[in-house]
Amino acid sequence: MSAAGTVAVADLTRARRRTGRIALIGLGLLAAAALVLSLGTGPLAIAPDRVVAILAEAATGRVVPGTDSAVVLAVRLPRTLAALLAGGALGVAGALMQGLFRNPLADPGLVGVSAGAGLAAALVIVLGDRLVGASALPAMALPFGAFLGGLATTALLYAVATREGRTSVTILLLAGIAVSALAGAGTGILVYLSDDRQLRDLTFWSLGSFGGTTWSKLAATGPLLALALLGALTLARALDALVLGEAEAQHLGIPVERMKAAAVVLTALAVGAAVATAGVIGFVGIVVPHLVRLIVGPAHGRVLPASALLGAALLAGADTIARIIVAPAELPIGIVTALIGAPVFLHLLIGRGTRLA
Amino acid sequence: MTRSLRLAIALVTLLAGAMPDPAAAVDLADTPIVSVGGAVTEIIASLGAAERIRAVDTTSTYPAAAVAGKPNVGYMRQLSAEGILALGPVRVIAVEGAGPPDVLKLLAEAGVKIDRVADEPSPAGLLAKVRSISALVGRKTEGEALTAEIEAGFAALARERAMRTAHPRVLFVIALQNGRPMAAGAKSAAAAMMLLAGADNAVSGFDGYKPLSDEAIVAAAPDAVVFMDRPGLTAADLLALPAIAATPAGRRNAVFGMDGLYLLGFGPRTPAAARDLMAALDRHLAGASK
Repeated sequence: MSAAGTVAVADLTRARRRTGRIALIGLGLLAAAALVLSLGTGPLAIAPDRVVAILAEAATGRVVPGTDSAVVLAVRLPRTLAALLAGGALGVAGALMQGLFRNPLADPGLVGVSAGAGLAAALVIVLGDRLVGASALPAMALPFGAFLGGLATTALLYAVATREGRTSVTILLLAGIAVSALAGAGTGILVYLSDDRQLRDLTFWSLGSFGGTTWSKLAATGPLLALALLGALTLARALDALVLGEAEAQHLGIPVERMKAAAVVLTALAVGAAVATAGVIGFVGIVVPHLVRLIVGPAHGRVLPASALLGAALLAGADTIARIIVAPAELPIGIVTALIGAPVFLHLLIGRGTRLA
Repeated sequence: MTRSLRLAIALVTLLAGAMPDPAAAVDLADTPIVSVGGAVTEIIASLGAAERIRAVDTTSTYPAAAVAGKPNVGYMRQLSAEGILALGPVRVIAVEGAGPPDVLKLLAEAGVKIDRVADEPSPAGLLAKVRSISALVGRKTEGEALTAEIEAGFAALARERAMRTAHPRVLFVIALQNGRPMAAGAKSAAAAMMLLAGADNAVSGFDGYKPLSDEAIVAAAPDAVVFMDRPGLTAADLLALPAIAATPAGRRNAVFGMDGLYLLGFGPRTPAAARDLMAALDRHLAGASK
């Protein structure tokens, strides 16, 4: 009887692991499909075989100049890669924060990085303009400033929450709310000071867009996104142990303090670099890990890679839609992620929400 | 994951040396134009080149014949690189401030000719704008005629203005924000138009457009309130605000709207718009004193 019970449990574990593996493969295929769709779709119709031919030409370094190759290589490819990387990084950052705070409502914005990046961006748009003029402002000033602002706010928060080498997750959360409010007030002052044009820039920036992603921009922020993404994947075991509680995780041999620091730094890196690439894109960080848990269960070994894949697929897909839906104009991507993601999420919650409760 | 990343990085390095050549020259005289900026579109149409406009932006609303049925590339500050490339071989004539800068850079790299036109809200700025656009579209003769016409318009306006004794204090409201009027301060197109119409800006101390407090509105004591005509903003909305109702303008009912592009666009119709504003102010202030 008990032997049969053990076998049944082993079977169940194996079955669950197999479902998880299948789900991961499925999400990987979804991300790949989003990549192909994104490269092959846009207001300019380019046949799939032509896209492949252009990529092959590029790979061998012999590009025939023309509108098609310019669109695929200079317009679509960098923004698609940026969307995949930023989506993956935001998805994984959300999973990290929800794991660290042991709360499914945690969001990467909680560690202050979004608010800090927003304040820095407003500083660059409004004050940079006053000091040197919009045209004299270096193109990288805005992304670079946003990135630094995000990191600086997170560093401040972490310093506030750390006493004698121990970081209190509760203080981190509460201080995050306070610092975000402060940064929001700073942004508010700058919004008040801004003129009509700067206000429009701020608004568009806060809705996010991958339009205008160049190779040089991707080269600057892409490695940071990749670093955050890959670094996050190494924290799966520690996050699983943390579910039991900090002391218990410590007993299991997890260096809890180091792991908390790593989670915060990686999140700041991911969100800071994503904001620097495309402006503020909400929704992905908080919702993707939820969707993923509905599919692969709670183990972080699967949640983290699955969040990366689903985030990547979601943003690349949303960017494709943003590009074609009002062509030849373009919709900010933050609108698209919320417009498409939120109803799907609600639908899933209504259908399968009991699992979360 | 790692492998696909490595692949992506390899692609980045490969492509850095394989970008298409931007110097693919195009014949500018016949290339269709994407006109970005309401005044740019108006000027191109006034030069008789409307049929060359392939697409416009959302700020281009006049003349109807030049913009109706043409693809719209979106708001001038939020253009899309691929969307414009998809229109075929085009050149972009954009008002200063169009963007985002990265998108314009991408377009230029893809071989699209992009010209930026300075946009200073003043008669001299308007004439400079007409001259540079007429040079860009190869209609210099028409450009000379148009600048002469606009100069004559401004001269006539100046004569009318010189005969006036009254200088009404005007509050210009561009929009209501949470029930608060966003008023035009110094260095705005609205302030420039008030000067042209022989009126004084009732508010000062800030540049551009800012929300005004109730007390500031009462203290400004405008003789008239002019607002930008748009859906959801009417004279009744403004008169319903106690602060505006308490001003001389509110008491006299001297609150009226004008079309935004017409009044603030600094295009070929600007002298006429200033005269219209002048006449409308006279009408409202005269009607009120009865």
